[in-house]
Amino acid sequence: MDINISTFEQLHNVCISANKMIYEIAQEVMATSQDISVDEVRVFANKSLFAMKEAINSGLNSCEPSFSGMCGTDCNKLQKRFEKEGSMFGSLFEKIVEYALATCEENIRMGTIVACPTAGSCGILPAALIGVSRQYNYSETEQLNALITAGEIGRIISIKVALAGAVAGCQAECGTASAMAAAAVCQLRGGSVKQILNASALALKNLLGLTCDPVAGLVEVPCVKRNPFLAVHSITAVELALSGVESKIPFDEVVDSMAQTGALMSPMLKESSQAGLATTKTGLKIKAQVFGG
Amino acid sequence: MKKSTLFDIISPVMAGPSSSHTAGAVRLGLLARNIYKSVPKKVVFKLYNSYAHTGKGHGTDKGLLAGILGLSVSDRRIKDIFNNDISKNIEYKFEYFDNFRRHPNAVDIELYGDYNMKISGDSVGAGEILITKINDFNVALSGNYNTLIIVYKDKPGMISSVTSQLQGANINIASLNCDRSAKGQDASMIICIDGNLKDEIVESIEKTDDIYFVTYVKKLEN
Repeated sequence: MDINISTFEQLHNVCISANKMIYEIAQEVMATSQDISVDEVRVFANKSLFAMKEAINSGLNSCEPSFSGMCGTDCNKLQKRFEKEGSMFGSLFEKIVEYALATCEENIRMGTIVACPTAGSCGILPAALIGVSRQYNYSETEQLNALITAGEIGRIISIKVALAGAVAGCQAECGTASAMAAAAVCQLRGGSVKQILNASALALKNLLGLTCDPVAGLVEVPCVKRNPFLAVHSITAVELALSGVESKIPFDEVVDSMAQTGALMSPMLKESSQAGLATTKTGLKIKAQVFGG
Repeated sequence: MKKSTLFDIISPVMAGPSSSHTAGAVRLGLLARNIYKSVPKKVVFKLYNSYAHTGKGHGTDKGLLAGILGLSVSDRRIKDIFNNDISKNIEYKFEYFDNFRRHPNAVDIELYGDYNMKISGDSVGAGEILITKINDFNVALSGNYNTLIIVYKDKPGMISSVTSQLQGANINIASLNCDRSAKGQDASMIICIDGNLKDEIVESIEKTDDIYFVTYVKKLEN
């Protein structure tokens, strides 16, 4: 399919007129633009999906702390408690928060992860996608459909906003990841194109303004624990969208708003560790301990 | 920056924790290795600014060395590269500097061996990199294209004598940038191409009058 899709409205219209899902359009467009087959697109996506599962497995089986010592042992704490008393929200919730923490802890101990869209937000999409797939036994084909759907959402957001904390704050990294996760899960749960786009828009809309203020300049505090929060956040968006709740502000305008908010955000709150959590009394103390005064 | 594709959003598979400070460092090392074209005996890495300050916490030092040794961004050996056998036969050193004139994530890589070379580069975000200097020549290499670097005498007809040889080999030029130190002096040409260039074309360009130096740098795989 030789077409340049650059807005969500356009994506929606192309899907409706072709009577196809987002992943079908996305994989066909990608195949044409790279001069490869749809199968080759799916093979590439499958490598990422496999690496996501590997990262989760490694992370669930390690308690090694990061170089700074700030992170790396929390996933184990959750696993131990859930074994004993279970979560109030049940086993799906347990999977999602464990997988997100496992992946991010693997990242900060220099393990192998998939940047989706970035390394700092690497736990959100895999946790939601793989957690839901294991809970409901979705096939590998369905998981790939969901991953490609998520990738297309991230791609269109990235046309208007660079997906980097240094450019637009954490809303552009973890916000985008949560929007991608919502799209993936909505696809898995049988949502329509409209519902998928609404789920994604709702997830993103609720994260506008999120700053990037990492302690000691490391991808650890607050990044690691933010991932499980936002993986769960994406499920809320899916439940709303599947019930017919719509984003009053169209998805493209939500993205415009994120771009504007990112531009107006102080550079001190965009991955420079010059304000926010990074310069709290404790944040500065940790920085001095890790890197010296 | 180039537009992201679907693939860019759901990749790379990489050793954490940071695309700019870890994956970018590996890619800087890898591209320096492609430019140097040999295994150095000794490497000195000079890290600047954010690379100097938070590099240790992000494994920037490990990433740079892993790249020089030819490891990909997803290689599980990066984490423990200093203790791995593959780093035993190379001498390496890290030095740290502040310099506000340099990019926040800048590095100079000094390679010593059969010949010596100094390569400077920046990690510009999301794992994308830019080699900015090779010895004393300013360049701009992203590693996203197979690239021909040529140093020649600044005089009429030099660009067409090179491009006509590429045309003869049916090679499409993606971009071409030239620079010179002064009129009639040393000049540099950086040509990014689609597809691959055969050794004999590089050799034939090398033999052209008033071309002093030619090197063909392969693009990075990821």
